[in-house]
Amino acid sequence: MAILEVKNIGKHFGSTEVLKDVSFSLEEGNALAIIGSSGSGKTTLLRCLNFLEKPSQGEILVKGNAVFDASRPVKMSERELRRKRLHFGLVFQAFHLFPQYTALENVTLAEKLLAQEREDFKSNKKQIMEEILEHGNALLAQMGLADRATHYPHQLSGGQQQRVAIARALALKPDILCFDEPTSALDPELTGEVLKVIRSLAEQKTTMIIVTHEMAFARDVADQIIFMDEGYIVEQGDAKQVIDNPKEERTRQFLSRYSQG
Amino acid sequence: MFGTVTLELIKGLWTTVQIFILTLIFSLPLGLVLGVGSAGKWKILKRVIQVFVWIIRGTPLMLQLIIIFYGPGLWLGHNIWSGNESGRITATVVAFVINYACYFSVIFRGGIEGVPAGQREAGQVLGMTKSQIFFQITLLQMVKRVVPPMSNEIITLVKDTSLARIIAAYELTFAGFSFMKSAGITWPLFYTGVFYLAFIGILTLLFNYIEKKLDYFR
Repeated sequence: MAILEVKNIGKHFGSTEVLKDVSFSLEEGNALAIIGSSGSGKTTLLRCLNFLEKPSQGEILVKGNAVFDASRPVKMSERELRRKRLHFGLVFQAFHLFPQYTALENVTLAEKLLAQEREDFKSNKKQIMEEILEHGNALLAQMGLADRATHYPHQLSGGQQQRVAIARALALKPDILCFDEPTSALDPELTGEVLKVIRSLAEQKTTMIIVTHEMAFARDVADQIIFMDEGYIVEQGDAKQVIDNPKEERTRQFLSRYSQG
Repeated sequence: MFGTVTLELIKGLWTTVQIFILTLIFSLPLGLVLGVGSAGKWKILKRVIQVFVWIIRGTPLMLQLIIIFYGPGLWLGHNIWSGNESGRITATVVAFVINYACYFSVIFRGGIEGVPAGQREAGQVLGMTKSQIFFQITLLQMVKRVVPPMSNEIITLVKDTSLARIIAAYELTFAGFSFMKSAGITWPLFYTGVFYLAFIGILTLLFNYIEKKLDYFR
């Protein structure tokens, strides 16, 4: 069964429709890349999945359970909303690290705050905190940043900041990790280190949705690709097939514009 | 003579310091509440705060002080402030707290709105509650932003305490002025100025220290 099913999602801001009847599903351990020109609705789609925007229509199911259903609006408590949110992780284009915390604190903050709600928190505080720190350090090491744990964001390069942000998103073990153009804010020479990390996550079968403009990367790393234009999904399918042999004329035009640079 | 003047000025300084500290203790949290309210989503509350801030910032502090000190006695027939020095100080503090909370609220609002929306969103997707986002993420970034404009207002507050003289509170300026009236000498006025300069000098050092302390992040 698919870990994520998105059914007929629509979203409008006032009279502008930004998402129209978007449906797709994602299998556990697969990586999905979403491509398309700016303004095609890719980022809005990710924001809807992460509850930063509320879809106007449609349904979102994680492991078969509806986490959102526009036809049955329910007033969710903050607690419920948070629990649903934690199915997803999001890595932002502009990183959005917390500037007043070190790399390690950025990674561990949310986990520490969540741990405070555990029943055994008071009795096991020391042990729980140690485990969280250990987990945070392990994640930074995985990102190749073991020696940067005590650095503040402004002391890190863009590529390092984005890798800390990936570690931060992984810390809460989301079912699905989303990336919103993770390399678009980086200098060209720094994109490689971030793409390498995402590639290794894909090799470890992390379930991911990656909005990207890196076509070659999407072709290599993703299992599936969705091409969006003007709020619609124009084409979706096997990654290599969509890039190498697009079925739709619009996809072909988009890709040819990209290969020309 | 120098000794007498010094003693009187210290007496006046004590009143000035009381007004200053009490005003800060109450107007900073009140200003923060008003600032959060006016940066929030609730439209009616925003309007109410806007109008209130407009009235308070749009009229002289001295006028507000006079109304607060004399008004209740004339409307109710009996004075709510006790007739002694502590009554005058209390009335002054009430007027100053209302006035300064309004100025602070605008600074706090600017500080809150200056924290990029991405910071809050990053907290949201990490499952933090609204209050966790405010206290763990937004607050310190806001404090860093508001220190320079805040230091301006707080320095102004030191000098505004001299307005309390209008309701005969025996603060620093009143003390210095009294010698001109009684002995016809002007040098105590300059000496009074030295007291203010020293007071504000200490505050300036303190603000520099806080700014430096918050310099570890950007």
